[in-house]
Amino acid sequence: MKTRHKKLALIGGALAIIGIIAALVLNALNSNIALYITPTEVAAGKAPQGKLFRIGGLVKEGSIQRQADGVTISFVITDTAKDIPVAYKGILPDLFKEGKGAVAQGKLDGAGTFVATEVLAKHDENYMPPEAAKAVSDAQAGMSANQHVSPSSAEAAKTGN
Amino acid sequence: MIPELGHFALILAALVSLILGTLPMIGAHTNRQAWIAVARPAATALAMLVTFSFACLTQAFVANDFSVVYVAQHSNSLLPIEYRVAGVWGGHEGSLLLWILMLTWWAFLVAVFSRELPDTMVARVLATLGLVGFGFLLFILLTSNPFERLLPGAAEGRDLNPLLQDPGLVIHPPLLYMGYVGFSVAYAFAIAALLSGKLDAAWARWSRPWTMAAWIFLTLGIAMGSWWAYYELGWGGWWFWDPVENASFMPWLIGTALIHSLAVTEKRGSFKNWTVLLAISAFSLSLLGTFLVRSGVLTSVHAFATDPRRGIFILIFLVAVIGASLTLFAARAPKVGLGGRFGLISRESLLLTNNVLLVVACATVLLGTLYPLLIDALGVGKISVGPPYFNAVFVPVMSPILFLMGVGPFARWKEASIPEIAKAVKWALAVGVIVAIALPLLYGQWYAMTALGIFFATWIVVTALLNFIERVQHTRAGRGFLATAASQPRSFVGMHLAHIGVAVFVVGVTMVGSYQDEKDVKMAPGESVDVAGYHFTFNGVKAVEGPNYVAAQGDFDLAVNGQFVRKMNPEKRNYHSSAMPMTEASIDAGLLRDVYVSLGEPIDRDKPEGEWAVRVYYKPFVDWIWGGCVLMSVGGLIAMLDRRYRVKARAAANLPAGTQEA
Repeated sequence: MKTRHKKLALIGGALAIIGIIAALVLNALNSNIALYITPTEVAAGKAPQGKLFRIGGLVKEGSIQRQADGVTISFVITDTAKDIPVAYKGILPDLFKEGKGAVAQGKLDGAGTFVATEVLAKHDENYMPPEAAKAVSDAQAGMSANQHVSPSSAEAAKTGN
Repeated sequence: MIPELGHFALILAALVSLILGTLPMIGAHTNRQAWIAVARPAATALAMLVTFSFACLTQAFVANDFSVVYVAQHSNSLLPIEYRVAGVWGGHEGSLLLWILMLTWWAFLVAVFSRELPDTMVARVLATLGLVGFGFLLFILLTSNPFERLLPGAAEGRDLNPLLQDPGLVIHPPLLYMGYVGFSVAYAFAIAALLSGKLDAAWARWSRPWTMAAWIFLTLGIAMGSWWAYYELGWGGWWFWDPVENASFMPWLIGTALIHSLAVTEKRGSFKNWTVLLAISAFSLSLLGTFLVRSGVLTSVHAFATDPRRGIFILIFLVAVIGASLTLFAARAPKVGLGGRFGLISRESLLLTNNVLLVVACATVLLGTLYPLLIDALGVGKISVGPPYFNAVFVPVMSPILFLMGVGPFARWKEASIPEIAKAVKWALAVGVIVAIALPLLYGQWYAMTALGIFFATWIVVTALLNFIERVQHTRAGRGFLATAASQPRSFVGMHLAHIGVAVFVVGVTMVGSYQDEKDVKMAPGESVDVAGYHFTFNGVKAVEGPNYVAAQGDFDLAVNGQFVRKMNPEKRNYHSSAMPMTEASIDAGLLRDVYVSLGEPIDRDKPEGEWAVRVYYKPFVDWIWGGCVLMSVGGLIAMLDRRYRVKARAAANLPAGTQEA
């Protein structure tokens, strides 16, 4: 074989390998990405059906309940605007607490309960997962925007008169 | 007073590193002997200054000097002495100081063990390290001063994160940093080669032991971190594809490609540009890892409370290092040249395939790690890329590497013949297939993925043995088999040992992935649970007191076939200084399996003497994962101690002056 042919074969082989791997990566990426959805978005019906996704927010005070089997736990994740009931079978992370931030990964069941396969809390007592923090701040921004709208529109109405 | 001395030493160190980074570099360029001669003493002074500074910070920790902000945040007077010392690198500022300490010590070691190298080469290598050190010292001094005072001083410290209060932490960061920072030496050698335009077999021979040393530390550091996560995080996983784990794994993949590429450059003079590019990439990825971990763009156990200035500084530094290196590479690579030619089927081409695959593997990890950041930065949404992505991609990319590992050592340099290789490995193939079919059946359940993993592991071990025997037969020349076997070159023995380490690792990953069993159960005192033939009886929980925590300690009896084996005592700890509860698993480790018990929580929080949620695990072959990593490292160490790195390096230095870089 000529050197030029050898080079071409090498380059062709490398390109083929990279092509196969690129296809593989894109396929894997496509089927294994979990979107973050805030509780408000879930309540608005924006959650994907039958697909894994993540929700973040605060664990609502007084919402943690243990089922009779002792290892199935239900709780509520809230972004302070909307609440989503969550069910999880397993042992919760050490820092999972009421009133603290948490992120859960799972799917919605037919009844609107989020069935979590994984619950993440972080490794520092003062730490808030950014996804949870964002869900809460988005919801609060939404609410305060609404509150601002009402008085100012009332005022606009008044001055209009 | 002592913290101020430490701070002052750091400022001096920054000045010295600037001198080290400039004078010898210019001297090497303009051939001024006096300037070149600055390199070694400056590197020594730099290491001494930073060591002194590090000692000052350690002293502040040992003496509980809570008037230093960093100490007050990461220590506590109740903290045992060993964790006060480890607390030095328990936070952002101190871990950076550790980083720079390692860097200056690597530079110092290069200065000491480079007597055989041409002085201009040493000057350029040390100057490059000096410049990198200057960047990091500036970073520490401007954004992350560990010696900052707290006025008035705190009466008590906030304590070290309880997760980090573990012997594993004492060793994990230093090992990992030795690896990370060690690649700076390979990088400096590459930059020196580009600057001089001279990249030959002698250069590769000088770089190889240093690169190997960094790789050994990185391997051990990653393994140590994985082991720590396994027993300390309490939930039995050994690798989570956490972005920070990925940050250490990427330089490892490229580093592995680099040690193989260096072998070709040394033996055959090929792959020159490629080797240089890999050396630059390995160090750049180490910097990227530091950036990802320290900037707070990632959220993980390793992310400390952050300050955006730090992220920006490291980002600028990263861009400067990578940009400058690649520009230099683009300008000088043609001068360095590609090196020797080789056939389509040859050991070179097989190693090239290995390299391409390792780089691709690294790219897929990089993509999975950065993609969520990118999506977030673009404001499109927030996503997470989970372990299934990495698992789905890694198996097909790694499989050909594992296969080639068996073939490569049989292939001749330059031109190999497929029939010849096939003849040599056919028995390994047969044994591999038989074991792959039989072993999973013996374990009760046959899965294709299990069979694949077992096949590769068997294949690697058998081909390594066959290759070793073949070589011994070839080199016997009338001597006894054992005597010949014992006199094989260390690099050859080390290579096969490291490859067998990979096989052992693969066995661990495959078996634990296929046959592990876990149960989460509610247990009342007196109740018992069975997992994979192991019988656990829960006898209740009692309160115990540690030096700086109180714990609920579970009492379990482990029995097999009705025979009592041992007591197991997992703990749920509450540290005084922080509200964090901590799970301490109890593990019965064995060659063929671990059994693992963790306490969850009491079912009724007010009745810790009653029922508890408990997790029990059966983990077959899990220790082989880390055992394999240790074997890889030992193999690397043996290869690194090969005689020729000393003998020939000296011979190279005795070449006539004309052949050396002027």
